[in-house]
Amino acid sequence: MSLAQAVRDKLDIPDLVTGGKSLKDVTVDIAKPNEDFPTKLWWNTFLLVLTITLIDVAIIGYLFYEGLYLLGINNPVGWGFFVVNFVFWIGIGHAGTLISAVLFLFRQGWRTGINRAAEAMTIFAVLVAASNLILHVGRPWLGFWLFPYPNERGPLWVNFRSPLIWDTFAVSTYLSISMVFWYLGLIPDLATLRDRATETWRKNLYNVLSFGWVGSARSWSHLEIVSMILAALSTPLVLSVHTIVSFDFAVSILPGWHTTIFPPYFVAGAIFSGFAMVVTLMVIAREVFNLKNYITMKHLDNMNKIMMVTGLIVGLAYGTEFFIAWYSGNEYEVFAFWNRAFGPYGWAYFIMISCNVLSPQVFWFRKLRYNIPVMFVASLVVNVGMWFERFVIMMTLNRDFLPSSWAMYTPTLFDYAMLIGTFGIFFTLFLLWCRIMPVIAIAEVKTVMPQKEGAHH
Amino acid sequence: MYLPKLEQFHKYKEMDEGVLGIFETPEAIMHAAEKAKEKDYKGFDCILPYPVHGIDEAMGTPRSGLPWVTFFAGIFGCTIGILFQYLTHAHDWPLNISGKSLNAWFAYVPIIFELTVFSAGIYTVAALCFLSGIPKATRRILHPDLTSHRFGLWIPKSAKGYNESEVVSFVKGLGGAEVTVVKPENQK
Repeated sequence: MSLAQAVRDKLDIPDLVTGGKSLKDVTVDIAKPNEDFPTKLWWNTFLLVLTITLIDVAIIGYLFYEGLYLLGINNPVGWGFFVVNFVFWIGIGHAGTLISAVLFLFRQGWRTGINRAAEAMTIFAVLVAASNLILHVGRPWLGFWLFPYPNERGPLWVNFRSPLIWDTFAVSTYLSISMVFWYLGLIPDLATLRDRATETWRKNLYNVLSFGWVGSARSWSHLEIVSMILAALSTPLVLSVHTIVSFDFAVSILPGWHTTIFPPYFVAGAIFSGFAMVVTLMVIAREVFNLKNYITMKHLDNMNKIMMVTGLIVGLAYGTEFFIAWYSGNEYEVFAFWNRAFGPYGWAYFIMISCNVLSPQVFWFRKLRYNIPVMFVASLVVNVGMWFERFVIMMTLNRDFLPSSWAMYTPTLFDYAMLIGTFGIFFTLFLLWCRIMPVIAIAEVKTVMPQKEGAHH
Repeated sequence: MYLPKLEQFHKYKEMDEGVLGIFETPEAIMHAAEKAKEKDYKGFDCILPYPVHGIDEAMGTPRSGLPWVTFFAGIFGCTIGILFQYLTHAHDWPLNISGKSLNAWFAYVPIIFELTVFSAGIYTVAALCFLSGIPKATRRILHPDLTSHRFGLWIPKSAKGYNESEVVSFVKGLGGAEVTVVKPENQK
């Protein structure tokens, strides 16, 4: 036993890979779900979510054909479910970048077990979010108007001072940088799958996907530096994206929206909901793909702690909003918040409070942090709560400055279909991805194994 | 002052002809890399399933120069962001909105930031691909275990003082489990 291992044992630091695995075992275990024929469970789930996706696509087609009047949006509530979904999904995406980038910069070894799946989650969540953004403009075939491009209509440019354009730039930059970061990490693992492949078609597929990666130490040295650079670039990007999303609200002059707390409040909420989604997915993945030695209870414990802390932060933000509304002495601001909690959508507000502030408090207890059913339910509850948070913010519009123009927002079946559809698309992409690519970063897990310190030699 | 050096941008060289030794542990490959450096086999390389820490020093390869690409690409993106928004809003299509300054640059900051990050990231990755010789789908794979659990030492034919039998016995002497002489004619 090496000195390092003895120190770890003495300090009771748990191994990040348990079960005394060798380097080869790691490859075999993680590549298994990609090489085996999918299980019945996978097929059933996949067919279910694929059906939801296809129905959603059909409904979207009908929506384009008929127009947005099919939705519940009206005047003054002009933003509806599409923007709720957009903010919700883009928030889900943030945990992936946070795990892969911020924890990378802080040299947190435990990120290696979960970063790949979390990054994939980011990509799919941002894609779903972006699709909602495009859908909500009503005429999506003119969506390219959001980009500054040379056109024949004279000197006509987009308005760069508009939050909508900031959104376009922020989301597309975030999507492209996350995708590149994710794929760059995948290349060596895809090369592993290529070299293990026995069938020709599989070999060819992974040969193309792995870009012909060999694993030369010179390439590794560049790749490591680039991973660090991309992590350093994505970290402020995470903060900027949700900050800019919050600007959509905060730069307006509407009571309840026009507040400086919005950027940090949105970012904390994004991390909160994102970690909840990671916990949901990881709990399922470690059961289904038998990866309990790689996604250990320690990983889940860490994520539960983060969920609890960010839950407290959003709780603080809810309280601060109320306090500042009262303290500002602005009666419209006070009314907006009174209306939020005790107005017609008060039920949504209390769902939000109980799901987001109260439910993660169970994680104060170590026993519950280590309890799979508890964390699974809590993570689902947090996701519901975070969706309602965005809904509550959006419903601020229903009672604006003029009581004569107040109106209720009632979602129609189409709104609900769009909401369910986003989950369909997300899980279809995620399940397909699990089949084709390794759910755990094979090369990165090997760098944190005890073997590195010579324990098993 | 710290300046970029050309050798920091070391490129991947195709492994067509030379000697490949396979080792079982990261310690063994570290040792082998040190010995190969001492022998001064120019252009030798290690093939690793994961980044083994300290291998760069053992091989004598300098730290990657890619942060320089990031730095200059970031400046480039930032400049584009400033100029593009200024030229469109203050010159090409000036709009007076409630008497605000035409060049209200505070509002440009989000897009300047995004363009800086975007071009810094994308150009760095493009440079990485260039230096690592990817994508290339027709590359020959020397041994399938090298991306899984074994470690390779590659000494190319172009190395100074290359003598096939000498190199083979050198690699065997290091404890290489399998030593193969790779030649273009026995390629698949």
